[in-house]
Amino acid sequence: MSFKYSDEVLKRFRNPVNAGKIENPGGVGVVGNRNCGDVMHLYLKVENNVIKDVKFETLGCAAALAFSDLLCDIAKNKTIEQALKITKDELVKELGGVPAPKLHCSLLAVDALHKAIEDFQKKK
Amino acid sequence: MKKVYLDNAATTQVAKEVVEVMQPYFLEKYGNASCLHSWGQEARDAVEQSRKVIAEKINAEPEEIIFTGGGSESNNLAIKGTAFQLKDKGNHIITSEFEHPAVLNICKALGKKGFEVTYVAIDKNGFVNLEQLKNSITNKTVLVSIMHANNEIGTIQNINEIGNICKENNIVFHTDAVQSFAKVPIDVKKENITLASFSAHKLHGPKGIGALYIKKATKLKKQIDGGHQEFNQRSGTENVPGIIGFAKAVEVITEKNIENITEFRNYLINELLKIKGTALNGSQDNRLCNNVSISFKNVEGESILLSLDDKGVAVTTSSACTSSKLESSHVLKAIGLKSEDAHGTIRFTLSKYTTKEELDYTIESVRGIIKKLRGISPLK
Repeated sequence: MSFKYSDEVLKRFRNPVNAGKIENPGGVGVVGNRNCGDVMHLYLKVENNVIKDVKFETLGCAAALAFSDLLCDIAKNKTIEQALKITKDELVKELGGVPAPKLHCSLLAVDALHKAIEDFQKKK
Repeated sequence: MKKVYLDNAATTQVAKEVVEVMQPYFLEKYGNASCLHSWGQEARDAVEQSRKVIAEKINAEPEEIIFTGGGSESNNLAIKGTAFQLKDKGNHIITSEFEHPAVLNICKALGKKGFEVTYVAIDKNGFVNLEQLKNSITNKTVLVSIMHANNEIGTIQNINEIGNICKENNIVFHTDAVQSFAKVPIDVKKENITLASFSAHKLHGPKGIGALYIKKATKLKKQIDGGHQEFNQRSGTENVPGIIGFAKAVEVITEKNIENITEFRNYLINELLKIKGTALNGSQDNRLCNNVSISFKNVEGESILLSLDDKGVAVTTSSACTSSKLESSHVLKAIGLKSEDAHGTIRFTLSKYTTKEELDYTIESVRGIIKKLRGISPLK
């Protein structure tokens, strides 16, 4: 099967601005497994219930990297409640759509955020 | 930007000499090779001359070569043609786990039409298990179809031995030689081959033209009905410019070309393996002169491909990560590669136009890309 990525996906893939780790993160979300493809780690820094910083480390395809990077931008400066309302459709729309076989990568990003928030709430 | 094309197993640049000899057959010598007038005869002579060239390359007789629309069509005619022709004799076909989809999917389709298909296993070095092949033969077996060289990992199969096994058991032996043709010597007589598929565009010829070797006295059920072209085996007006170009492409490949490509291939393998967490897929011996398949640990193949494309370098992933099921390549699975390593696999395929400078640029680019991608990977 062949398909084309949108310019927005390629831009984020080429120059992700949120790649990296946060020292002593408030919460960490780990999703995916190498066996079936992508692995995503998401790190949160939370202050007064607001996500102050988000970073990611992802092993995956261009879509997985682009969704990771975009999610960080969208989640930043949101309250925990607001962040939990981020949907995969919102991410897909923001990237100008992705080829059908890559839609699951958006779910992976949302899952990573939910897991990171869960981890944060546990630690609180 | 620099442009380096290293996807020559997918398709190749058409050689300049090939384009030149084809051109008159579009503009001046455009006759239908089935016609009696001089236009037709001119085209006929050129087609027959080309047939001789292909035949000589594999030690066949000219009348044992028919031209087709490409490798897939040749495989369809060979496999379906044999299966339906011999269905009263038997309904069992033997092939391997790592054939090209153009063979696997034909066999799967036949499997739904009452044929039994055995898929012989591949060892970790990329070779068909010949013991299993022998043991799979029953009195219902009518056809063995094993590729000459694998398209993903480049391993060259022992078709001489397979030909012998088939001869001893009076079974039709078909080999898909699309990747190996004009790179690896083929002698259809010595190797007891009954049917062999070829394609022009893998060796600097045009797309849309292929050939099938059909050993004398072998009967196939025709797959395209119509006129009586190609010894009544394949209907349709001959693609004269394509045929001329195909023959020229075969003529211009030299042994020296193959030697040089092999040397470059070994250089590329050695340099890429210097990067940590890499492995070569398939044996380095008995390997196509132009194939390099490397797995990079903890990096996704697609990300490597796109990053290399940004640098002007064309390669491909061996892993079909674009499929909705996210299954990794059936070839890499067949040689026992772990799914996680299959996902990080890249195929580089060279041609006679590849230069050392291009390879150095590629190696340098790969190093940087792997470092960058591993840098943002959670698994180090």
